[in-house]
This record gives sequence, structure tokens and C-alpha cells, in this order.
Amino acid sequence: MDYTIKIGGEAGQGIQTIGDTLARVFSRAGYYVFTHQDYESRIRGGHNFFQIRFSDKPVTASREKIDILIALDKESIEQHETELSDYGQIIYDSATLKQKHEKSYFLDIPFVNLAVEHGGNKIMANTVATGAVLGMLGMELDILINIIRDTFKKKGDDIIKANINTAMAGHDYAIKQCLKCAFSVAQISKPRMLIAGNDAIGLGAIASGCKFYSAYPMTPSTGIMLYIASKAKEYDIVVEQAEDEIAAINMALGASFAGVRAMTGSSGGGFALMVEGLSLAAMTETPIVIALAQRPGPATGFPTRTEQADLNFALYTAHGEFPRVIFAPGTPEQAFYLTNKAFDIAEKYQIPVIILTDQYLADSQWTFDSLDLSKIKYTDYRLRGELFRNLPEYRRHAFTENGVSPLGVPGDAKHLVVTDSDEHDEEGHLVEDAETRIKMVNKRLFKKLPLLRKEIEPPLFYGHPEPEMVITGWGSTYGVMKEAVDELSSNWDIAMLHFSEIYPLPSTNKFNYLKVLKNAKKTICVENNATGQFARLIRTETGYSFNRLINKYDGRPFTVDGLTGELYALIR
Amino acid sequence: MPSLDNYKGQTPAWCPGCGNFSILKTFKDVMVELEIEPHQFTIVSGIGQAGKFPHYLKCNTFNGLHGRTLPVATGIRLAKHEMLVIAVAGDGDCYGEGGNHLIHAIRRNINVKLFVHDNQIYGLTKGQASPTSMERMVTKNQPFGVLSEQLNPLALAVAIDCSFVARGFAGDTEHLKGLIKEAINHKGFTLVDILQPCVTFNKINTYEWYRKRVYPIEPEYNPEDRIEAFKKALEWGEKIPIGIIYKNNRPTFEEKIPVIRDVPLVRQRFDLDRIETIIKEFY
Repeated sequence: MDYTIKIGGEAGQGIQTIGDTLARVFSRAGYYVFTHQDYESRIRGGHNFFQIRFSDKPVTASREKIDILIALDKESIEQHETELSDYGQIIYDSATLKQKHEKSYFLDIPFVNLAVEHGGNKIMANTVATGAVLGMLGMELDILINIIRDTFKKKGDDIIKANINTAMAGHDYAIKQCLKCAFSVAQISKPRMLIAGNDAIGLGAIASGCKFYSAYPMTPSTGIMLYIASKAKEYDIVVEQAEDEIAAINMALGASFAGVRAMTGSSGGGFALMVEGLSLAAMTETPIVIALAQRPGPATGFPTRTEQADLNFALYTAHGEFPRVIFAPGTPEQAFYLTNKAFDIAEKYQIPVIILTDQYLADSQWTFDSLDLSKIKYTDYRLRGELFRNLPEYRRHAFTENGVSPLGVPGDAKHLVVTDSDEHDEEGHLVEDAETRIKMVNKRLFKKLPLLRKEIEPPLFYGHPEPEMVITGWGSTYGVMKEAVDELSSNWDIAMLHFSEIYPLPSTNKFNYLKVLKNAKKTICVENNATGQFARLIRTETGYSFNRLINKYDGRPFTVDGLTGELYALIR
Repeated sequence: MPSLDNYKGQTPAWCPGCGNFSILKTFKDVMVELEIEPHQFTIVSGIGQAGKFPHYLKCNTFNGLHGRTLPVATGIRLAKHEMLVIAVAGDGDCYGEGGNHLIHAIRRNINVKLFVHDNQIYGLTKGQASPTSMERMVTKNQPFGVLSEQLNPLALAVAIDCSFVARGFAGDTEHLKGLIKEAINHKGFTLVDILQPCVTFNKINTYEWYRKRVYPIEPEYNPEDRIEAFKKALEWGEKIPIGIIYKNNRPTFEEKIPVIRDVPLVRQRFDLDRIETIIKEFY
């Protein structure tokens, strides 16, 4: 069992509400769910869609065939009618769309009339549609009713009752009218967790003791700030919307200097403004975590779409030479744990750590059994209170064996905490001499680098143990690549390498991925960008060149069908 | 109790006769008189001759980037608002590179004490015009003279209701000492613009030029009258007022954030066990 539902319409019609609600119903019923969104940079109008795939087996990407299309506007029908599966159905309201379709796979449901009749308000048309979909699938309404109760708790019993009535009206209508509906869906197991990439980063930050988040809103990173802000009161976090991204990173550095875990986030354009601050973090050895959610550039590019084209930017930006760590999670689950690891490493080594995602991962929801808090690492590496007071002497940038100097909280002891964006001595005061300069570069860069390399985990290896064909990728392409491997594995000895800890590039000590590549006949690097930036990184760092590159740079994510199609073409 | 010796820092690399020396001396005197020990406050500075200020005394220091003093100072205050945070910047640093941050720090009313060493010229980069350079001043980089109108930082601050607006003069240290004290004791964001002759590059706004013009604001002047304050802030030319131009009692930003109203952020313990609750919300 593997169904896909697409909700299409204009911005502002409530596509996301219907999508979020249905996805939640399926995850609570115990299904594996994957959702993704495609929207334009506008608040009203245009054409947007929300796609939900759910199955009794794990799903990690969207499929191209649709089983139910909820068409809230005419364009949804024009654009997506051809995507229908053999048993697919389109539901629409002929009164709203002012058009009637006679083909057998169309089901006309009077969303608005039923909403007015049973709920007293046309605004509930979306609840009718949601109920109707569940009716078509043969699902009971109990889960939806609970969700309605939770959602409208604050609005009172009348609103709850009206919404339940409209959901039931849609449900009943679909059961009676959809004579061709051959779906069969029931509660299959205990509820699963449903979480999107941005929320997972926000949650990971809170679970890592992040106390300060400053940012300037920018799609697709804004969701991280919104999530943390929604928990600010409960979990004692200061979230500040800065006047610009320059201020955002400098505020976070100030907060970190003062003794709290701090984070900022943006997309490419905003991160560009943060770049001098990235260099400042490096020179002052102030821990910071930066989320960089990519969208297609250059410049404003496609504000609401996806791309993996800022890898080089994240790798090489900022003046001077200094260590940095870059993670690129492939799933919300990885995003959660890697955000935790980012906070740990940033503070342990007093360096900037970048979490590189993109719009596709940021807005996609996945299901998981749970997140395991026992895997969360929380070590406070700062010197505070008594511990700091009891030190006989203190120098903020003292030379040490491993290059990591004691990180004291200013004001907690009589020791002064001094740091400088200029080259400085052990105390933190500016200097001009060559000898100190060399020692400081050695301390900040060369002593920390080998330690950082040891922290980095190898890529995930999935598929045939001795593959003839290896597809390699990083970040958000994980789910699509995995399903492509599953699909092709019946005919080919295929495997994938997925990198989520991408810089420093993992060493081959723990797992020799280079050997896997060298032993394979065909090696293909799959990237959502035009030039194959990760393939180039591998070549630069290891000398290994992939046989082929598959690049997609239309601003849209890879699909399983699209990628397998390209792979078939390469195999032939 | 701290003494002046406790505040002895590196030897300043400023030009002999620089107005910064008297600001440094006055600042140390104030800290000793207010009995504030070096570890009890942080100075955030940027880049320029003023940016070196914290190295020449003893205190917690974040000497950051050009123009970015106020965001760093804001972050420190939000994380640890029990600590006095002082921002030291020059006119290029604060009114040029960091102009946007000044506007928003004033809007927030973050409780940071900003002292601007205003010498109406760029010193560190050797004599280019600054936002407060007077129109028609000729420099190597402005061969036709400064063409833009001189920025009036005090009128700007009054216009956006800055909590405390004052002007000092490095040549009148007794008066300056009073202003620095008032600023430190004021609750809210304070802007103290300190006229400070650059003896090397600014041949117009010299000690003599300032001495002829500055006058202490009359004792009967009411700095809480915003309209009068705006008029006072506009005075520049033959007569230049020094003293407190404007102040109000706006609540500070820190007071308005419920999360830190009782306990500074840095003292709030993290409890991983509480995370289980929000994970449940995703089911």
C-alpha cells in the first residue's frame, strides 16, 4: 500500500492546513509519511501544491503518480491531471471552480455548500475536503476529530462542533458519491512522529541547550526561528529578530561570549552578510552554530525553491584561514542529531559550525518512531562560577596542548576575559609581532584540525555490499537516492554513499569509502546544483573523480522517478 | 575598592596630544569613583583609534569588527544583563559603518552605554572624511571638499526618542566625568558623543576651534522636554552645547523580555529532561 495525495491551489487557499492535517492523520494512524511543498514567492494567488505520500512501509521521498488530487483551483487540474495513477481521482468543487468535469475520475464535491450548510461558514470548506479525502480512503474520522479538538481548543466548543460537523459532511458525501474509490486504509500501528527539517533543527537546538537565537527572516530558514520563538517562553530562550544578518551573527557572538549557547540562521543572501562575522567567530574563538538553508541563487534567485549550490560558499567563504565544520543532514532525524553535534563541537573547539540544508529538507515532513534523547550530548565546556573563580590565573587565548583555550564566562570571576578581532596574545590583547602570530595560527588552525577530523563520522553506505554502481550524494538528496537504490537493486548491484558530515571530509580510517568507489564500475555523484560542487570537493581532497555527474538545477528537488529514469539512461 | 593602578593597561599607540588620552583618563577616574572593578564590566569596541580603547585599561573586552559594537553589546546584555556593558566607537565606526545598528539599538533601548569618540575624521586610515566631517572640508580623498551634509547624531537620536543623549568635550574633563557618570547611572541606552580633536589629520576642528565654541548647557535647561531637546541638538556652529541634551524613562529592552526578567539568561540551567514534552507534540 502506497498512496499519494496532492493538494493544489493558490497561495492563501489553505493548502498547507489541509496538507498538515491529513499528514498528521496518517502519521497518527501509524503510517510512514513523507510530505513536500512547492510554493511561489507570494502570499496570495499563483500556483502552489502540498504533496503527501503515505504507506505501510518506510517512505523517504515523493512519487510522481497521484492517487487523490484535491484541486482548489482550475490550474491544479490543468497542471496535475496527467499525474493521476490508474485508480486516481480528482476532487473539486464545480461551484467554486465554475467548471464541470465529466470524466469518470472526477468527483465533484460541493466543499463550500456543505461548509455553509453544516458549519455555517464557507471558511470550513477545507475541513469538508479533509473529511472527504478520509471518506474516499475508507478511514474513520476519530483521529481527525481529535486533531480538530486540539486545533480549535482556544476557539470554543461551537467552533469545534461546527468543524466536526463539516468534516463528517465531507466524509459522508465522499462515501456515498465515490463509487470508484477502491482505497482501503485503517489504523495500522501506534502513532508515528511527524516532523519537518526546520522544526527538527529548532528542536535539536533547544535540546542542545541553545539559549539565544538571533536572525533576520529569510526563506527557507525562517521556520527555524519561528519554531524556537514558539518555545521561547517555555524553555527560557531569547529570540531576537535583528535589523540585518550582520547584526544577527554579531548578537549571537555577543551572547556566546557572555556565556550562553547561541545560534543564527539564514539563506544564502543573508549568510553572505554574515561572512565577516564568521571570520570574527574564528578569530575570537567564539562558539557559534549557523544554519544555512539553501535556495537557488545567484542573488534573490528562486526565493521559495530548492538547490544545493551553496556548498562552495559555505566551505570557502570568509577572509583568513581557520577551521570550520559543515554538516548537511539528509533527513529531519539527522538534522536533529547533527544540530546537537554542531553545538557540542562548536563549544568544545570554539569554532563556527554550519548546518547546511535547503528548502526541500526544510519544508519536508518525515515520520519517525521517536527521537532518542539518550543520544543527545550535553557537556558544558565553559568555565563558570566557582570553577572559574578558583583558577589561580587565566588567559583567554592561552596556548595549550590541543589548541583549545579555557572559555571563561566574563564577570563570573576576577579574571578578565579579553578577546580581539585583531591578532592577539594569550591574554587577548592586540599584538603585531610575527612570533605570536605564527603560534596563534598554529593554535587556532593546525592543532584543532586533526582533532576535528576525528569527530567526523563516515558516510552512510546503503545497498549492495560490493556494488558495481555507486551513487553518491549529500544533504537533502538522501531519501530520493535511497528509494532509487531500492528500485534498481533488483536488476543491478547498486549502492549509495550519503555524506551528512561533509567538512572536514570524513577520513577513510573508520570506513574506506574511497575503496568502495574505486572498486565500482560506475560511480555517479548526484547533486541538486549545476556544477557538481561535492564531486569537486572529493576530487580536491582525495584525488578521486566520479565517472558521471547527475545535476539538477531547475529549482525543484529530485524525484525518485526522475532519478531512476536518469540512472536507467546511464546504465543503457 | 579599585584604584587607578588596577586600571593600568597597555601603553596607548595614539598620537601624542590625541583627544583620546583625556577620555581614557576620565573614564578610569569614573570607574574608580563609582567603585566598579575591572571584572565587573565589559567594553565592546570596534575598529578605529577608539576601538583600541579597552586594551589601554583593564576590563573584560570584546574588540570586534568595524561598526559592529552595538550588536555584540546587545547580545552580551541579553545573555547577562547583570553586567555593565559599555560600547566604545568612533564616528566612522558608529555613524558610518554601523549606522543601522545605532538606530535599532536606540529603538530597543538596550541598556548599553555608548561613548562615541567623535573627531570628525578618519584617524586610523589617515585622514578621510567621516559622517560628522563638516561640509566643504578638503581631504586627500575628498579633493572637492566634503559634499554630503554633516550628520547630526544627537538630533537623530532625539528624533527616535533615544533614552539618553549627551555631548561631551575631551578638553573639559571635569564636565566629561560628570556625563560619563550620569550615563552609567542612567537606566537605558545612552549615547554620549564626545568631541575629541584629532591632532594629526583634522586641522579644522582643533582644541582651539572647539574651546571657542563649546558651552555647558544652562542649569535651568529641562532635558526631558523633547521639543526643546531637538532645538538644542540642532545647535552647531558658533555655539556648541555640551551636557545632557535629552533623557527619558523608557523601560529597557531587557525589562520587557519575560524570559530574563528575573534571572539573567546565563544563569538559567538547562534541563534535558524537559525536552521529552515537546517531542510529544510531534505525534
